[in-house]
Amino acid sequence: MTHPAGHAATLEPGGAPSGPERRLTIAEAIREAIAEEMERDDRVFLIGEDVGIPGGFGGAFGVYLGLPERFGRDRIIDTPISEKAIAGAAVGAALMGMRPIPDVQYADFLFECMDELVNQAAKMRYMSGGKLSVPLVMRCPVGTSNRGAQHGQCPESFFTHVPGLKVVCPSDAYHAKGILKSAVRDDDPVLVFEHKLLYGSKGREQAGGLDLTAHVPEEEYLFPIGQAVVKRSGTSVTVVATHLTLYRCLAAAEELSAEGIECEVIDPVSLLPMDTETIFASVDKTSRLLIAHEDTLTGGWGAELAARTAEERLFSLAAPIRRVAAHDVPLPVAPVLEQAVVPSTERIKSEIRSLCEL
Amino acid sequence: MTRPIDVGGLSGEKALRLYRGLVRIRRFEDRVYQLFLRGELPGTLHQYQGQEAVAVGTCDALRPDDWITSTHRPHGHALAKGVSMRGAMAELYGKATGCCGGKGGSMHLGDPDAGMVPAIAIVAGGNSVVTGLGLAFKLRSTGQVATCFFGEGATNEGAFHEGLNFAAVQKLPIVFVCENNMYGASTPFHLTSLVTDVADRAAAYGVPAQVVDGMDVVAVRAAVETARARAAAGDGPTLIEAKTYRFAGHSRGDARGYRSRDEEKEWKERDPIDRFGLALTTAGTADEAALAALVAEVTSELDDAVEFARNSPDPDAAEALTDAYATPITIGALR
Ligand SMILES: Cc1ncc(C[n+]2csc(CCOP(=O)(O)OP(=O)(O)O)c2C)c(N)n1
Ligand SMILES: [Mg+2]
Repeated sequence: MTHPAGHAATLEPGGAPSGPERRLTIAEAIREAIAEEMERDDRVFLIGEDVGIPGGFGGAFGVYLGLPERFGRDRIIDTPISEKAIAGAAVGAALMGMRPIPDVQYADFLFECMDELVNQAAKMRYMSGGKLSVPLVMRCPVGTSNRGAQHGQCPESFFTHVPGLKVVCPSDAYHAKGILKSAVRDDDPVLVFEHKLLYGSKGREQAGGLDLTAHVPEEEYLFPIGQAVVKRSGTSVTVVATHLTLYRCLAAAEELSAEGIECEVIDPVSLLPMDTETIFASVDKTSRLLIAHEDTLTGGWGAELAARTAEERLFSLAAPIRRVAAHDVPLPVAPVLEQAVVPSTERIKSEIRSLCEL
Repeated sequence: MTRPIDVGGLSGEKALRLYRGLVRIRRFEDRVYQLFLRGELPGTLHQYQGQEAVAVGTCDALRPDDWITSTHRPHGHALAKGVSMRGAMAELYGKATGCCGGKGGSMHLGDPDAGMVPAIAIVAGGNSVVTGLGLAFKLRSTGQVATCFFGEGATNEGAFHEGLNFAAVQKLPIVFVCENNMYGASTPFHLTSLVTDVADRAAAYGVPAQVVDGMDVVAVRAAVETARARAAAGDGPTLIEAKTYRFAGHSRGDARGYRSRDEEKEWKERDPIDRFGLALTTAGTADEAALAALVAEVTSELDDAVEFARNSPDPDAAEALTDAYATPITIGALR
């Protein structure tokens, strides 16, 4: 096994977990995951900008509030504005057996430490002939929110192109907690991309009024890296999507149901490695595939999934594979422009409709 | 204790120009904050109240065809360098008439006509790019100078060091203006650097540096004037560290729990506008009435800018797909 998480029981929201309902936001669930892992393993520490300053922000999105008081500021390390130092220190400490959780505030700032991630973290195991590990977990908030071209990108696909890295994209509290815990225990570098508008109740309005909390059981659980989740079953078309776009797809699916189109909506949760088995099984059933993401179209992870599906399941398909993605432009700030760029529920609906007519 | 601002050498005309510059930014920022709270502006804001003397003193010492780079906190730099108030306000509204057509927004204000690259919201992003501006001016002997604004927090990024060193060895016509407001978001500078003065870091690259009172528009102007002359003469870059303070939170919605109200009060007593106004009236360079008239003019300029922005159309949604390339590219039939 490459990661102990693989052994863990998988609990589905609304499924197996017993006990009283305990609804958490993604931010709360992530905070809980980090606290549990820090409690369990003293090699785990957090490092980033504005993470532990008293009276400060508790990280750019308040996820770490309360952790410095609990674990001390030796393990919640505030850094200068130096992403190279953050990522470099995380790589180095991980090489020495620690389990760092570096934070970059906004995924857009990952480009400041590409070398540490792509040339160092990803390659150390291989270059050492398997003798070294880099078990770090980089937390990277993504998603557009009227902040323009440098504070809203979804750059996860850059990293799915890098052998040696793992890339996950949880979209609800239950899976965010479970996969973050698996990531901390994983022996390879994992980048966790989270959508800013899904963190808490604040995002509800922008996320279309959806309740983004999920039941998170009291008892400990892990959710494995590399496992997809079927969010809604259906027989007309398979829809694979992440983050805010996943919720837009779910909304589209409800509306299309009235027209007799039943979407099977899948949250891949992990992009690298991706659970193509679950996706292909669905495609075998529906014979149609639509992939949707907020990342731009060309070279996005949807392209990889489309290629794999064409390679493995061409003869299961009754229609061409379709993708709905952000248009290939940087992010504009004006709300009308921004909405024209990222996939809307309307655009998803009309793509699904036309796909089902083929 | 704060020294009184020395307005001795200032003509009445120049004094009023500087005062207007300060008031324009302060009033603009105060109004923008209200508009934001009323839900008229999308996104977020990083405001400039308290730091006005740095932008105004710097840009007043530059030529109109000089260029600046800016940061996530660019409103003051934009107004001081000559981006129109209408264009800046409309951009904050995300309107088609904004200085970036609604594509940039608060963190990317800029206008080539005013000599301002769209502000770069990646901390220290301008510190490397500015060297290219300087290099182009040098290679073509244009006599122009490039100025890079950045915060003290930016000096912990590699780009600060690489940019400064490269500018130094190439003797590029650049003025580096560090606005040391003591905090990078919630983090005090002293927790991130054992060097108290950013200016000291310049010595490592053989670059002359000067610490100035960033709440004194006259002092900032004088320092930049000297640095600009040095740069234009081919003697290379200078680093100016302006000690200043942001009166507002880091971005909207910042409760400022990481700093004390006493500290804020101390700095507000050094308000760059109040202090300059007092110095001018005390010295007899301008009278109360002249300053009040000027404030009234700024208020109507601002009212006009807000009306203009409100009445401007949203960008056409189709515009979202333009401007990524000089000539649009298509790959097959993109949907
Ligand atoms: C590369 C990068 N890292 C982090 C951030 C997030 N961030 C935005 S402003 C800021 C603080 C900047 O401090 P400073 O340079 O002193 O400028 P100030 O905000 O004080 O004007 C941070 C950490 C960013 N925009 N870019
Ligand atoms: Mg600062």
